[in-house]
Amino acid sequence: MILLSPLGALGRTSLGFLASIGRVALFALATLRHMVSPPFYGREFAVALLNIGWLSLPVVGLTAIFTGAALALQIYAGGARFNAEAVVPQIVAIGMVRELGPVLVGLMIAARVTSSIAAEIATMKVTEQIDALVTLSTNPMKYLTAPRVLAALLVVPCLVGVGDIIGIFGGYAVATGSLGFNAAAYIKNTVDFLEPLDIISSLVKGCVFGGIAALMGCYYGMNSGRGAQGVGRATKGSVEAAAVLILAANFLLTGIFFSL
Amino acid sequence: MIALSDVHKTFGSNAVLKGVNLTIESGTSMVIIGGSGTGKSVLLKSVLGLVHPDSGLITLDGKDVTKGDRDAFLARFGMLFQGGALFDSLTVWQNVAFRLLRGSLKRPKSEAREIAIEKLRRVGLKPDVADRFPAELSGGMQKRVGLARAIAAEPEIIFFDEPTTGLDPIMSGVINDLIREIVVEMGATAMTITHDMTSVRAIADHVAMLHGGVIQWTGPVKDMDQSGDPYLDQFIAGRAEGPIEAVR
Repeated sequence: MILLSPLGALGRTSLGFLASIGRVALFALATLRHMVSPPFYGREFAVALLNIGWLSLPVVGLTAIFTGAALALQIYAGGARFNAEAVVPQIVAIGMVRELGPVLVGLMIAARVTSSIAAEIATMKVTEQIDALVTLSTNPMKYLTAPRVLAALLVVPCLVGVGDIIGIFGGYAVATGSLGFNAAAYIKNTVDFLEPLDIISSLVKGCVFGGIAALMGCYYGMNSGRGAQGVGRATKGSVEAAAVLILAANFLLTGIFFSL
Repeated sequence: MIALSDVHKTFGSNAVLKGVNLTIESGTSMVIIGGSGTGKSVLLKSVLGLVHPDSGLITLDGKDVTKGDRDAFLARFGMLFQGGALFDSLTVWQNVAFRLLRGSLKRPKSEAREIAIEKLRRVGLKPDVADRFPAELSGGMQKRVGLARAIAAEPEIIFFDEPTTGLDPIMSGVINDLIREIVVEMGATAMTITHDMTSVRAIADHVAMLHGGVIQWTGPVKDMDQSGDPYLDQFIAGRAEGPIEAVR
């Protein structure tokens, strides 16, 4: 019996984990179904576009510019060890576009948007606003989840594109301002080095990460417990899940794009 | 007519409803009383399909509420929630006209706003409240807005969940009178849950007491004080001594 107890606990944990994966998958499928079937809530979609996209620009821009600038300094210092300082424009460009741009934007969206969506929907659940929606003949999945996830799928790739450009500009500013690079040559090297697949992979990652971020916010919000503690747990859980899933998805997508 | 037959609901190991049988005639006002945690809200939400009973049958005009067109079913109901449950992101008039701005009852925006302002006036609120947000209103005003939203689409059946909880006695009286007036005026069927005995006497045609997961007593409100039921007597008198345990 003593030996079986830890095995039982392991089994219960494994089953619970698999069950939660199933619940999230079913939630994602239901969300997809509601995104493509009427009625559509244009106002909710527009508000979500504004909140997820436009209002995230400052944090995305600041994150990208400092990351690009630091990346340029690191590559310059590292490259100097084997006389390869000249690769700064190329490595900053590929580093930002293929990896750091989408991942950092995804994580910032997880911090800013996922938490906000989860807290808002969880509070709505605690204060019976979700029940009120149902009694007013409005499907909460269609009214709350579908517009937010659709908006994130569309707008986060745009944020990633903006983040990539600002990040490259951060590297450019440091390289031309303090590392002695020629401005025109820096831009030419950056543009020449990037391939269409780099940009496509960046935008696809943005789309996937945006979907994950919004979906986790909605899922945890809709399934929150009671009271302030329930809202807090939902918010924390949503950000943790979104961040981990974004990093895992990044690994998978990077593998897929490398194999192309 | 709403009829509940042998309705059971259990949460984990906690059996909340253990075979509830209750009938609410059309056009009458039924008030369900009972202590905290006795399952009054669960019972009400079971009728609306917000909670799914484990077993039993709930019918509306003889038809099983779980079958048929759900939107058409819900369009017959209005509900005032305990905390108002107003949508924070919408203005007061958009809350009141929520149902009139979307779905099968959709009207032009200007018409929906007019109806919302008329309903706000009906519950004693001035038109200048219409463009405020719920967070800018007092608790009593939020309850009135919730009431206006519940009646905006002129439903046949209105549910009131603890309509006077958290309000001062004067505002409670105002809400009770409003509920009674509106129900009579609209000829609606009303189902109210409360443990406020003043509300019971103001609102009810019939009373049902829920205790131990079953309907302990039901009858006309005029018979309530002479029921002879020890549970109901203890509840009405608010005594700690009696068959209902004070510490639950």
